[in-house]
Order: sequence, then C-alpha cells, then structure tokens
Amino acid sequence: MTVPFLSIKNLGVTFKGGTRPVRAVNDVSLDIAPGEAVALIGESGSGKSVTMRAVMRLNPEKRSQLDGQILVGGRDVMEMSTRQLSKFRGSEAAMIFQEPLLALDPVYALGDQIVEAIRRHEVISRDKARARALELFEQVRIPSARSRLDNYPHEMSGGMRQRAMIALALACRPKLLLADEPTTALDATVQIQVLLLLRELQRELGLSILFVTHDIGAAIEVADRIAVMYAGQIVEEASARDLIRTPRHPYTLGLLKSRAHDAMVKGTKLDAIPGAPPDLANLPDGCPFSPRCFLADGGCRTGKIGIEQISAGHQARCRRLDQTVFRDAG
Amino acid sequence: MLGYSLRRIIYTIPVLLGVSLVCFALVHISPGDPLISILPADASVELQDRLRVLYGFDRSYPEQFLLWLGRALQGDLGTSIATGRPVTAEVINAVGNTLLLAAVATFVGFVLGCFFGFVAGYFSNSPMDKAASAAAVFGVSVPHYWLGMVLVIIFSAQLGWLPASGAGPGGSSQWKLDAEHISYLILPALTMSVIPMGIIARTVRALVAEILAQEFVIGLRARGLSEFGVFLHVVKNAAPTALAVMGVQLGYLLGGSILIETVFSWPGTGMLLNSAIFQRDLPLLQGTILVLALFFVVLNLLVDIMQSALDPRIKR
Repeated sequence: MTVPFLSIKNLGVTFKGGTRPVRAVNDVSLDIAPGEAVALIGESGSGKSVTMRAVMRLNPEKRSQLDGQILVGGRDVMEMSTRQLSKFRGSEAAMIFQEPLLALDPVYALGDQIVEAIRRHEVISRDKARARALELFEQVRIPSARSRLDNYPHEMSGGMRQRAMIALALACRPKLLLADEPTTALDATVQIQVLLLLRELQRELGLSILFVTHDIGAAIEVADRIAVMYAGQIVEEASARDLIRTPRHPYTLGLLKSRAHDAMVKGTKLDAIPGAPPDLANLPDGCPFSPRCFLADGGCRTGKIGIEQISAGHQARCRRLDQTVFRDAG
Repeated sequence: MLGYSLRRIIYTIPVLLGVSLVCFALVHISPGDPLISILPADASVELQDRLRVLYGFDRSYPEQFLLWLGRALQGDLGTSIATGRPVTAEVINAVGNTLLLAAVATFVGFVLGCFFGFVAGYFSNSPMDKAASAAAVFGVSVPHYWLGMVLVIIFSAQLGWLPASGAGPGGSSQWKLDAEHISYLILPALTMSVIPMGIIARTVRALVAEILAQEFVIGLRARGLSEFGVFLHVVKNAAPTALAVMGVQLGYLLGGSILIETVFSWPGTGMLLNSAIFQRDLPLLQGTILVLALFFVVLNLLVDIMQSALDPRIKR
C-alpha cells in the first residue's frame, strides 16, 4: 500500500458534560490512500460521523476529548493551531453533509457561499471566484448553472442542493472529501445520480473519499474498501468485494442478512440482529457485540478483543473467527 | 421585492380603516359628556346645545365618523375642547418629541440588547450568560416609573448632573441639537431604553443559541471560516427577527410611555393622552390615538419590507 493520505491511528473521542462521559469512538485506526474511497458503515450511534468529524476537529471542542493521531497529507490535525486548522478546513479536506438544506446557510445565495469559501482560502478577485463557482456548478451538472448561482438553498430541489453542496466542498480543490451520509436524505433515483457523480469526481480529481453511511448498497457503489463500525470500534475492514462475499465478523454478517434484497419472497421475515446497541456511557466488558452475538462465549465477555488479520487487507475484531466462515451472506 | 412591497402597502388600507373606526368607537362608547368639563356648572341648556352643535356632537354616530374621517384625510383632526387649538398641531408637536425620545431609547436598547443577547447566546449557560440574562430580565420586569424616579434622585437630586424634567429651554416646540437639550433627553431616554433592551436581549439570546445549534454552523466551520466569519453569518441570520422586534418595540414606545413621560414631564404623546383623558377632550384623544395607530401601522409595514429584503425566504 502506498503512503496513506489520511491516516487515523488509535483515535478515541469522549464526550463529557453529561452525567457520565460517553466513549463515542474507541481505538479506531483507518488509512485511506490517495485517490481511494473508503466507506464507514454502521448503525446510528456507532460513532461513524463522530470519527469523520474528528478528522476536521469539528466536534465541539469544549465538550469532547480527542486522543490518538490523525495525519492528513503527513500533517497532524491534532497539533494544528486554530489558524492552521481553519486554513486546513475547506482547502485540504472538505465535507458534505446529509441534509444540505440544514447544512447550507439559508440566507446567503449559493454562489455567494462558494465565492466566500474560495476567497477565504485564496487571494482572488470576486469576479474570478464567481467564474470558478460557475465552473463548479457546471462540473456537478447543475442545469442552467449561471442563474442557479443566485438561488438560495430553499429554492432548489434536494438533489440539486446536494450537487451544490458538493460544488461548494470542491471549491478550494481539496484532496480529501468527507461525505456524511450524502444520499440518505435523497430519494432513490437521485441517490444513484449523486453516488455516480461522486465516483466520477473522485476519478477525475484523484480525491480520497471517506464516505459515512448506513446504506450498504450506497457503500458498495462508491467505496473501494469498507469498514464496519459498532459501538465506537471498527469491527471489520476489507475490500468492498471481500466484505460482501466473505464477511467474517458476526455483526457484519447480521448487517448483510438484515438487508431487504431481490431474492426475498413475500411473507418471509427479514433477519434482524436481536437486541439493541450498548450504552456508550456504560460499555460491557470484552466485545461490545457479545450480548447480541450468536457465537459469543465466556471468553468474549472479558478483556480486550484485538484485531485479527484474516488476509491481505481484511481484518476483524473477533476472537471466534475460526467459527465464522460464511458464504454469500448477501 | 417591489411587488411584495406594493402588496403590503395596499394591505395597510383596510387595516387603517379598521383602526380609525375602532378608535372613533372607543372614544364615543366611553361614558361622560365631553362638554361638561369645559362648561361652567351653571351653564344654560341653550349654551350646552349650541356648543354641542358647534362640535358636531348632535349628529348621529355614523355621520360624525364620516365627517371626522373626511376631515382627518385632509389633515384636520378638529379642535381641542380644552385648549381651543387645532388637534393636528398639538399632536404633531407631541409626536415629534415622543419620536425623538423613542428613537433614542430604541437605539440604545437595541445596541445594548443585541450586545447582551449575543454574549448570552454565544456563551450560553456560562456565568456571562447568567449575568447578561439577569440584566435582560431586570430590563423587562423593573417598574419603569420607579426606575425613572430612582435615576432622578441619583443624577438630578443628589449629584445634580442632569435636569430632572421637561424637554429643555423653549419647552416642547423648540428642540435643538445642542448639549443643553441633550442633557434633558438622557434620563428619560435611558429609562425608556430599558424595556426594549430587555426584550431584544432575550430575543437575540434565543435566536443566537438556536442558530448556533444548527448544522450549517458546522458547515461554515468545515469550509474554514474563522470564528469572526461564522459570527457574521450568525448576525445575518438573526437580523430579520431582531429588527422586527426592534420595530415593534419602537411602535410601542411611540405610543409614548405615559408613565415615563409623566415622571419626566416630557411633552410627548403620552403626556398629551394623559391630559386628553383627564379633561375628556374627545377630539384630542381621537386624533392622538389615530396618529399613533398610523405610526404603528407604517412602522410594521417598514419592518415587513425590511425583513423581506434581509431574509430571502420571506419574499414570495
């Protein structure tokens, strides 16, 4: 593997301020090579968005505590001063959000928001920045781009807004794109268009993408590699192909089986994982998935569960891997 | 924008008609004969009747209303029963004084209120928020006539720095922009500003806290905006509502705080209303209320138009 562009090492995020500290992310390590797309999947509250926000240190500073190391292009994000951080945000790494209507300032026209972002990072005239905003709108294929620049977020459709958000994120030519469930709020046909657009832009611009989603289908569409998160930990990581074909962690298997798919016959029950995710302020000993796992034994409920290498690029955090050779789970 | 403004202007016409009807009716529904207060107790019935005809009180109410409205449209609000001077001149004079007082008070209140509100909203639940919120609650809940009297005791009676009452030399009609006149303005304006200060501070605090909790603020930070850059976005998001509240407050203060104007003997609409009520001076009362209501409607119109200019979501 080449030198990773984004390298997360032993990241931990703890939220304070409640009655008990909440360990939202626990010992997460993840590398993304230049031009690679990695999807982080998991259910709500598994820590995937928190992990992604930590890459830009966007979690509330006062209430969260970060440990570990995050390197982007060789620079440690944790060590950056406020000034370095705001220079880094937007120009090195950029982010797109789940619901663009909430993530765009409602009282500024989109063109103005893009111009503002460009001029924040570069010394460039207003006219030139606007010309670039127009190019970006055309690049993400917004129809009648010129007049759309003067639109406010509420004047656009959902898919169009997400395109505009992508244009805004790409405004300062970042090398890393962080996408926080960018298709969840869109309807199915628009989802595909946005995913294809992301894939295409990634190839064209050589972007590294960290793609957070709970939609496995979307992850397969975009990502080269997939990491599965559960209760603040990465429990399995593999190439998209391996993960779908030969999942090894019982949780991944459960996720894949719980999807609705074409082969389902009317009247059959959807396989769901029993139980509910653990309370992050009160994690159980041992493997956090053990209370819901059909393979768990006494050894799973104590101590720290390490990461096991299965094959090149495929690893899982489970001590019963000898029991987990599943075939064609999806 | 232009279409919206025009539509809003046209909407005010029925509102103004309704307002004039209500204000005519209110005054006439209330019991008591206005002429009794100006006539000697032993006035003959003929004299009473003559005056009644002179003031038009002998006609039917609809007739009186239409006559009054027709004259009002030409700028004639009748003659004051108590002073015999034209109501229009009296009202314009008083409105000018109140406008001055209210504008200064609203401006001071707006600036202080925004300051306290932003501090409280930005550092919500910190000691600074507690202090700023306490100042806001004080402003809303302190009795203003009491505050006015306390200020007079401290700054006029004890320290002798500022005059205690009146609008300065020349009385109500010759206000000039000089140090002496301004010294007369300080205490009443300060007392009056406490009301909008409290209300605006509370509004702005809630607004800022709500805006900061929205996802787009994270979006702005993710674009690399500095804290000051984010602050400017927060200001622009808060501005429409804050200005609307300010406009409404200015409207209330224009009604002339009767209590404050009485405490400071400020020759504004509050004082005018006060004396009109006590003397049962119907034309003066009607005229003053009408002009004040007119101001209120126009002010709301301006606020609406300004809001639509600031907030793109209101336009269509």
